[in-house]
Amino acid sequence: MNPFTPITTGSGFWNPLIWIIAFITALLLVYAIRLFGNKQYKKGSSQTKPFLSGNVAENNEQLHVKGVNVYWGFTEAFKGYYDKMKRIHTGDTRDYVLWFLIVMIGLFFIVLGVL
Amino acid sequence: MSFDVISHSPALLIAIPLFGAFFTPVISRLHAKVRDGFVIVVIALTEILAIFLAQDIYTNGIRKYVFGASLPSLTRPDTISIPVRIIFEVDGMSIFMVLISLTIALVAAIYSTSFFKKEDGLDRYYTLLLLLTVGMLGMELTGDLFNFFVFLEITSISSTALIAFWIDRGESLEAALKYIIISSLGALFVLMAIGFLYGQYDALNIAALANSIQFTFIDKIALVLLLAALAMKAGIAPMHMWLPDAYGEAPPSVTIAIVAATQASLYAVLRICFTLYGSVIGMSTIGWLLIGLGLLTIFVGVTMALIQKSLTRTIAYAAVGEIGYMIIGVGTALAASTETFASVALKGGIFHIFNDILDIGLLFLVAGAVIYATNERSLENLGGLARRMKYTTIFFLIGLLAVAGMPPMNGFASKILIYESTYQLNPIISIIAILSSILLLAIFVKIFYSLFLGPELPNLKDVKEVPTGMLIAMSILAIVIIIIGLFPGYFIQNLVEPAATALSNPSNYINAILGGA
Amino acid sequence: MIYNIPYIAVMLLILVGLYAVIAKRNIIKIIMGISIIESGVNLFLVALGYREGGLAPIFTNLPEKTQIPGQLVLPVPQALTLTSIVIGVAVLALMLALAVQIYKHYKTLDVRSVRRLKE
Repeated sequence: MNPFTPITTGSGFWNPLIWIIAFITALLLVYAIRLFGNKQYKKGSSQTKPFLSGNVAENNEQLHVKGVNVYWGFTEAFKGYYDKMKRIHTGDTRDYVLWFLIVMIGLFFIVLGVL
Repeated sequence: MSFDVISHSPALLIAIPLFGAFFTPVISRLHAKVRDGFVIVVIALTEILAIFLAQDIYTNGIRKYVFGASLPSLTRPDTISIPVRIIFEVDGMSIFMVLISLTIALVAAIYSTSFFKKEDGLDRYYTLLLLLTVGMLGMELTGDLFNFFVFLEITSISSTALIAFWIDRGESLEAALKYIIISSLGALFVLMAIGFLYGQYDALNIAALANSIQFTFIDKIALVLLLAALAMKAGIAPMHMWLPDAYGEAPPSVTIAIVAATQASLYAVLRICFTLYGSVIGMSTIGWLLIGLGLLTIFVGVTMALIQKSLTRTIAYAAVGEIGYMIIGVGTALAASTETFASVALKGGIFHIFNDILDIGLLFLVAGAVIYATNERSLENLGGLARRMKYTTIFFLIGLLAVAGMPPMNGFASKILIYESTYQLNPIISIIAILSSILLLAIFVKIFYSLFLGPELPNLKDVKEVPTGMLIAMSILAIVIIIIGLFPGYFIQNLVEPAATALSNPSNYINAILGGA
Repeated sequence: MIYNIPYIAVMLLILVGLYAVIAKRNIIKIIMGISIIESGVNLFLVALGYREGGLAPIFTNLPEKTQIPGQLVLPVPQALTLTSIVIGVAVLALMLALAVQIYKHYKTLDVRSVRRLKE
């Protein structure tokens, strides 16, 4: 049996063999472009330091964006939604049980056809 | 002596880990390494037996096992017209879940042998891990509702004790207390629903109940109780809040076993919706209900994962989101049960159970490796680990691509089935699912950047690569992920299609117990 | 009407237990609430098996000429209840052990202050 059988959904198909061929072609293109590059650079000079818009960072800790702050713009834009969500996730055990009861009563109304 | 192993294999699948669990404290008196080897041998033996049973089921059909009868398949002795005794019934879907659970238990055991540095009480840990395996296997193999309740409680008791393994941390105790309160409450409501069904039809066997069920008022009450309680155990929003606490505070080798236990509860939801109430349920109501809950789960899980500060808690919220994908696949199959894309959606949902456990499992193991090497759990204090921990970085990259649904990993193979089929039901479902997938990629790229890339931090200067046992466990998961990603058609035809056909034809399940001897 | 009293008692027990779980602040009281709910469900299971005027289902202890199984109380719910009681004891012991450890750690049993794991 051919191991590379495609999976056919009702409206399309996916064959990983085609993806592998495309990926290898892309890798070859990347390697070809890299061969056009400049091989000489001076190690340790300002050619290898990250550019921080002219600011100077003394030690490595200042260069690193901490994991909590990476998507600051996204979380600031959605501040209203996230504040509401943080208030819902209280961490209180009794609220977990309350949500269970609310969903159960809601399911009662939907399945029993009253609502 | 004619001892046919295959015909006794459903009972052996429970008996071997159970006896292993009882002998582990005795064997651990000898030496720690003997105990580790014993546990791994027990789980590997069970897995080999499960693979033989799977081959037998794919060729011969459903296998049933009656406890205490003179023959394993004697469901109705003499002239009795209803099935008696506790019956295990193994069809394509059950053996699919059994294979998943055993693979994850094996990986968890291999990982645990080198994860714990110098803790004592490890013999109790391995006993509880084997008991958790027994509970999961029992939930997936049984054909009897009350037996399912007993195994559900076994699973929740063992999981609680394992979550609270590090008792010097207050957060683990708090997470374990929340888990046991929620879990026992859900199980009590399941027991009440079992009582309703027993009082109505005088049967506890799932096949016998499915044969004689009519959708009366009391049956609807029982359905709501069962669905709500098992959905809470499976982590469906808005009852998902215990999941990040429990997954985030347990030792990471335990977390992947608890993920498998959560999927066993999801299997129970499928079994109830498709087989127990299969012939009488209002398909489109329950289907749209599941789709709505699934979309809420995806959205809440993925958006809350972005603002977490702890590493394991982020992955736990992503696990909540992934459960939503399975639910919308199954919901589409229920809501549009006469269309052609319903079988595609069911295959996508079921395949995603397997893929999700592997991906999230690999991410949790990598998080465990980071915690082992650096003793830091928070994202604020980590950075630049790729210089020292090369293999861990590669495994995290594979897990990242798999969870986000990037080709050629296995996440893409199941997600494309879900996307294409839900699009044909209603495009909005597919759009929300794809956008959430992109957001998952964003979350894990953020973790990858802040954890592994970047300059070397001074307080993490002497971080070494993790020991070999953990690397072997992670590489097993990574290799399976890549193989499933490269050959998805093979796995769908041989593993997922028997499971999907077994779920969509409840009459096979009923006739195996009631139709013949 | 009189045969419905056990079921009304079941409902009252479950409501009292749910009130104790939702509205009480002490962890021990929440655990007691779960134990009350468990008693309610066990009562429900036992009350399911009752048959009017029935005898205890022990074969060797029956008077002469009793119709089996028409005049016996159903034995299966009694077996289910025994299993459930044992499981309830194990779960209760585990919850109380966790409550003891939490008290040793946090020096308080208030569920509103034992929540480091928020959001």
